[in-house]
Amino acid sequence: MDKIKCAIIGPGNIGTDLLYKLLRSEVLEPVWMVGIEPGSEGLARAKELGLKTTAEGVDGLVLHVIEDGVQIAFDATSAYVHADNSRKLNELGVLMIDLTPAAIGPLCVPPINLKDLAGRKTMNVNMVTCAGQATIPMVAAVSGVQEVEYAEIIATVASKSIGMGTRKNIDEFTRTTSAAVAEVGGAAKGKAIVIVNPAEPPLMMRDTVYCETVDEPDQEAITASVHEMIAAVQQYVPGYQLKNGPTFEGRKVSIFLEVEGLGDFLPKYAGNLDIMTAAAVRTAEMFAQDILDGQLELEPVKENA
Amino acid sequence: MTLDDQVRGRKLKLHDMCLRDGMHSMRHQITLDQMVDIASGLDDAGVPLIQVTHGDGLGGSSLNYGRGLHTDREYISAVAEVVKNATISVLHVPGIGTLDELRMAADCGAGCVHVASHCTESNVTEQHIGLGRELGLDTVGFLMMAHMTSTDHLVEQALLMEGYGATTIYCVDSAGYMLPDDVTARIGGLRTALEDATEIGFHAHHNLGMGVANSLAAVAAGADRIDGSAAGLGAGAGNTPLELMAAVSERMGIETGVDLFKLMDVAEDRVLPIMPQPPRADRDSITLGFAGVYSTFLYQAKEAERKYGLSARDILIELARKKMIGGQEDMIEDTALSMAKERDLV
Repeated sequence: MDKIKCAIIGPGNIGTDLLYKLLRSEVLEPVWMVGIEPGSEGLARAKELGLKTTAEGVDGLVLHVIEDGVQIAFDATSAYVHADNSRKLNELGVLMIDLTPAAIGPLCVPPINLKDLAGRKTMNVNMVTCAGQATIPMVAAVSGVQEVEYAEIIATVASKSIGMGTRKNIDEFTRTTSAAVAEVGGAAKGKAIVIVNPAEPPLMMRDTVYCETVDEPDQEAITASVHEMIAAVQQYVPGYQLKNGPTFEGRKVSIFLEVEGLGDFLPKYAGNLDIMTAAAVRTAEMFAQDILDGQLELEPVKENA
Repeated sequence: MTLDDQVRGRKLKLHDMCLRDGMHSMRHQITLDQMVDIASGLDDAGVPLIQVTHGDGLGGSSLNYGRGLHTDREYISAVAEVVKNATISVLHVPGIGTLDELRMAADCGAGCVHVASHCTESNVTEQHIGLGRELGLDTVGFLMMAHMTSTDHLVEQALLMEGYGATTIYCVDSAGYMLPDDVTARIGGLRTALEDATEIGFHAHHNLGMGVANSLAAVAAGADRIDGSAAGLGAGAGNTPLELMAAVSERMGIETGVDLFKLMDVAEDRVLPIMPQPPRADRDSITLGFAGVYSTFLYQAKEAERKYGLSARDILIELARKKMIGGQEDMIEDTALSMAKERDLV
């Protein structure tokens, strides 16, 4: 069967983990890995796995987009450079899946709103952040039952699983996650807190979700909805687990999660990588399937004068 | 050389924490009137730096850490209006507070920022230290839970912060775990490695009763700034009681510029009366210092004790075993729930 050809920009932790997942996809084929450091381990690893590589950044890729038939690109660099990367590739008709917290395009958390993006002809989809991917499904599980006045998430990731891009972008990471907790999660107001824990051996990704409902929470309905959503996320991240809760205190609902990764690139503690890359692959696969079925035709985006 | 020889004649900046670290023990419920009353007293006593923020820094008001009675904007603005000489400082933890909140604090009159990270993760502070400098703030790199890493590694992390633009670097004993030799090694290491113009600070918790002794060790090893709290009001068994540090400094010929008797009066007449109980090294606070647990975990561990019938000490020991760090308050309830399940209590 034909596959849609893809490029990955950013050969760091996220880009490399993504590469392993794309190699298993039935509709996506990774063909390019783009970096900016000639000696980078990530580029060398991609080359070994049969990809073409460039250390010239996106400018090194654009020359080959048409001849190599690249239709989807994943950006795993940083919020600062994403807008530029996206513009250059959109001009060539390449759909951008954004794994930085730049949040230029519509935000996507697959079990909640992936279907809404089909047919919207968007050329840039933002995957929020790993913290957002891990927690927003739970906010939506509660807001699907009753109105949520305020949702707050605390994501703790192992130091070894967080690269320099995320560290330099920690403000965008925090703000984009907070905004998405409200916008995609369906809470009137959202807040996100991110903690980087250096323990050895590294800790599994942990996420806590607090929701304050407007009225007294319907405990039975919320519990059922949470379990249903856990199962939906487990379809693409099998290690997504409810550790404790939901517990109820007044109008506060508390949900305690753990995310174990598949161990594709970094070991299993790095569930934050998996939940991000698995969500990105799932999103790209939906668009790829639409392209293969002839329901979606990507068109070059003309720069507005 | 005796300790006295090492410190006599040194100049020291005392930095009061009771309106920020003390927020923890007050569960973030200090009123604007209390805050204005205490800050103006500290200012009048000549304390050069007064920290005013939610206990967990800008943006800390949350379900995870506790909601503030007022916003950071309200607290900082109210204090800025009455303080004549002191600089108002704020705590800012990347991952909790955002750059917009730091801009707000500067607009409201803050002149100094402690940009904090866990002692091994200082490379998350680049944006925030950069903005602090850009806003013209006295910008401090604040390395928390510094007992959890070696002196060499702490120095590496401090050099990163200095590279981002921090002009003061703190060694922060957030758990009140350190003993004087630990402090001497770390402050000495920082003093040797950092630029001469970079100031060095030490922030203690009094969980093992070592606040003043450790702070003196820090001064002897080269510290220029010492954090403390009037009447010791701070997380765990509190911070170094600032009036005690001032009294000892005066006896040892360390120049703080603070009016000791006025500071003692602020502690006694203005701070002590607002506390539900004076900070004391009770068994749970000693556990923080003994096992090396983040001092603010105390309150939620005590709540979990009441809620689940577990001992707060057991919960804190388990949190230490799991190597939980500052900010992970959510894991207290989670750990208590797991322990309660194992013991068939829920």
